[in-house]
Amino acid sequence: MSADFERLAAILKQVTGYIYPNEIEIHWSILIVVYPYITGLVAGAFILASLVKVFNVKEVLPTYRLSLLTALSFLIVAPLPLLFHLGHPWRSFEIFLTPNLSSAMAMFAFVYAWYLMVVLLLEIWFEYRTDMIAWAGALKFPSNLFYRIISLFSSDTSEKATYFDKKAIKAITVIGIPSAFILHGYVGFIFGSVKANPWWSSVLMPIVFLFSAIVSGIALILLLYMVITPSRGEQLDMKCLDRLASLLLYAMIVAFSLEGLDFLHRLYESEESIKILSDMVINRLFISLVVMQILFGMVVPLGILMLVKLARFNDELRKLLYFVSAILIQIGIFSTRWNVVFGGQMFSKSFRGLTAYKLEILGVEGLLTALFLLVLPFLILALLLKVLPPWGKIINQDASVAS
Amino acid sequence: MKRRKFLSSLTNLTLLIISGSVVKTTLRGAVETYLTDTAGAKKRFTMGIQTQKCIGCGRCVTACKTENNVPEEPFYFRTWVEHYVVKKDDSVIVHSINGGSGEISENIKEHDVLRSFFVPKLCNHCENPPCVQVCPVGATFKTEDGIVLVDEDRCIGCSYCLQACPYGARYIRPATHIADKCTLCYHRIKKGLNPVCVEVCPTQARVFGDLESGASPLVRLKRMKNTHVLKPALNTEPKVFYTDLDGAVK
Amino acid sequence: MKKRVTGIPDPVLRLGIVFICFIGIVLFIRIVIIPSPLKETGSQRTSAIERELSREIYFAGSDICSDCHDEESALNRSGHHKYLSCETCHGPALEHTEDSEILPSAPREREFCSQCHTYNLSRPTGFPQIFPIAHNPLDPCISCHDPHDPKTPEIPGECSACHAQIERVKIGSPHFFLRCITCHETPEGHKIQPRLVSSTKPVEREFCATCHSTESRVEDTPKIDFLIHGEDYLCWQCHYPHRPEIEK
Repeated sequence: MSADFERLAAILKQVTGYIYPNEIEIHWSILIVVYPYITGLVAGAFILASLVKVFNVKEVLPTYRLSLLTALSFLIVAPLPLLFHLGHPWRSFEIFLTPNLSSAMAMFAFVYAWYLMVVLLLEIWFEYRTDMIAWAGALKFPSNLFYRIISLFSSDTSEKATYFDKKAIKAITVIGIPSAFILHGYVGFIFGSVKANPWWSSVLMPIVFLFSAIVSGIALILLLYMVITPSRGEQLDMKCLDRLASLLLYAMIVAFSLEGLDFLHRLYESEESIKILSDMVINRLFISLVVMQILFGMVVPLGILMLVKLARFNDELRKLLYFVSAILIQIGIFSTRWNVVFGGQMFSKSFRGLTAYKLEILGVEGLLTALFLLVLPFLILALLLKVLPPWGKIINQDASVAS
Repeated sequence: MKRRKFLSSLTNLTLLIISGSVVKTTLRGAVETYLTDTAGAKKRFTMGIQTQKCIGCGRCVTACKTENNVPEEPFYFRTWVEHYVVKKDDSVIVHSINGGSGEISENIKEHDVLRSFFVPKLCNHCENPPCVQVCPVGATFKTEDGIVLVDEDRCIGCSYCLQACPYGARYIRPATHIADKCTLCYHRIKKGLNPVCVEVCPTQARVFGDLESGASPLVRLKRMKNTHVLKPALNTEPKVFYTDLDGAVK
Repeated sequence: MKKRVTGIPDPVLRLGIVFICFIGIVLFIRIVIIPSPLKETGSQRTSAIERELSREIYFAGSDICSDCHDEESALNRSGHHKYLSCETCHGPALEHTEDSEILPSAPREREFCSQCHTYNLSRPTGFPQIFPIAHNPLDPCISCHDPHDPKTPEIPGECSACHAQIERVKIGSPHFFLRCITCHETPEGHKIQPRLVSSTKPVEREFCATCHSTESRVEDTPKIDFLIHGEDYLCWQCHYPHRPEIEK
């Protein structure tokens, strides 16, 4: 505790202007940055997967199962940063079991459970059902038991049954798209509905969150596809990559316009808070907002992707440019979350001063925990790729049927 | 004629007596119902703050920390006192007085000052408390007498209430990781005592009472003075009110 | 392959069983395992309210003090400190009411008194304020002032004892050389009971005219023709008498 006091005393020296005395400490730390970043990736990856099934974007079919598994592995990790951040993590069950229904945060349990159980797991289950039956048959006891259990001892591989699977997947995806919108729009609502906080309080917040989620999700799948495929000794499908890149470009244009609109709207309305907010952007968030989020996270990749669309580059250069933009976008979206979370806490609600945030390295809410939570989904994904490999003969059949 | 006059005055007299007794009984009834009503009536406790009386001594802040076991470090407050200096160029300098020891660090020349004053702050015990609305587990709630409390057995320490409070009235207790705030000294007022900040205030700048009471210093204050609440545009409907509040106060 | 008895597709049946089990477990935990205090909603929260009510009280409240200390209480209530609670100065004293061996604090340092009475321009005017460095330095306050009945040892000749802010405003103004009583008629009672007995404030134009009218015989004062200068207004509506220069 005395270390806490020393830390706060150090922050107190960086306070400018007047802040309410309880506002010195920033309570939502880097873990709360990680949380919307990860949920955004879930929603984005799922929406990409849905494009294949609902809108028949055939070019991105090779990423379909990868997207689903990525969404699942990130969704499993999504509640962890929240859990680590709680003062009393072992009481978190209250959010699920005795929630306060007027709280946006309490809805997390329902949205999460709905999305995990009714959308993602179901879709994956139907998608992999026949595969699981096949794997269970090919393997010996006891390893086949695992597939028998997760396929819920289902054994029907008749044409009628696979037809039903396809129907079910389609239906789930149709429910899944609005669910993914709700999942991440709702995360935006957690911030956007705080009327006391002018940096957060905005009706656009859920929509801005949603589109940045789609951008980050597509960029992540692009990265994963570009890393995993060569590592398995296979050729990258350039048609798929180009299509992913142009989807990314469109999503970015929408996201960028929305963010621009939000910015212009605030600037034009110039409400009571405008002075302190601009002060904060200039003195506290310049690097993370102007440089990282807007310049490197938005303008540069947007320029690259447009250039690729206009010019005729060869395959290798395109791959490189896609890869670079996707990485920049990830950094940019992470900065977006950073700026939302910290921007909303650095200025005083008296609109007269700014506090500061000092990133801890160790400690539960420190940098190492955040890095761990960012790496964890990839570990889970690696495991899932082992257990439920997306590249079976089934997918080739699908592709041949589709083409 | 005389006789008729006499008769009419007689009837008038009887009428008068009857109506008088009727008035008397109805009055008594009214008083009785008033007394029984107020005895079991719902209470709405709150505080009125007369900013022009505050001398900024900070006794309320230190007493509150003692009474409610608030950590002494200057990062945790259930109540605090703000010192405002409005300068002639309309710039406003604000500072929070930490138990009377804090001073405005900036050197202010007296003839640059337009006006200057102190404003005590505390939880406003809003009628529409945003903290209660956002608490995911219902740990923060409003009692029947209108006081916003935290159930420390339920609080999960998510800090969402701190984000939602427009007044910065909440903090997380460093030892227990539980949200804490002014309770208007619930443990005192329910036993007939004043909240401790009201008790120790040397100038009666803070007035405590029940808004539903017929006559009390609080109700009188509300009737006689220009009153104002903090950040009314947010529609939190604070119950804590201020008299002669300066426009610079946020 | 099970026989399809109900007409429900096989996978739906399997998933349905899993879902029903899951929902059943959740409901079971919610209804049976969760203790009822956690399920209370709204303002009916007995356990939380009881815990809040059982918190320890440190400050006893001044009513109880007069039960034993009736003399001090009576004295205190008659003087300038009548709005002060005993515990404002003596600190939390509930323990003392239960066990008279435990003595509450009785501060004697100058710093304790000066926390309220040091001059600060933000303090309301009329509130007695001093400059501790200039005001009998090193002497404990209680050597001259009884904190239960704080009077000045002699009735203050200087108004600045209470009106320090005005005194400071007057510095550098031509009115600095005017004594307060030149303009304010101050009954003796004001020095003892300032809130009950007020001093006067001159409001009429004629009062200012005695020095500032063109007909005035007072020397070295700015003169003005009161017939044409700001005729609809009283002097103090534009000029602050304690610093009467027109402010920029």
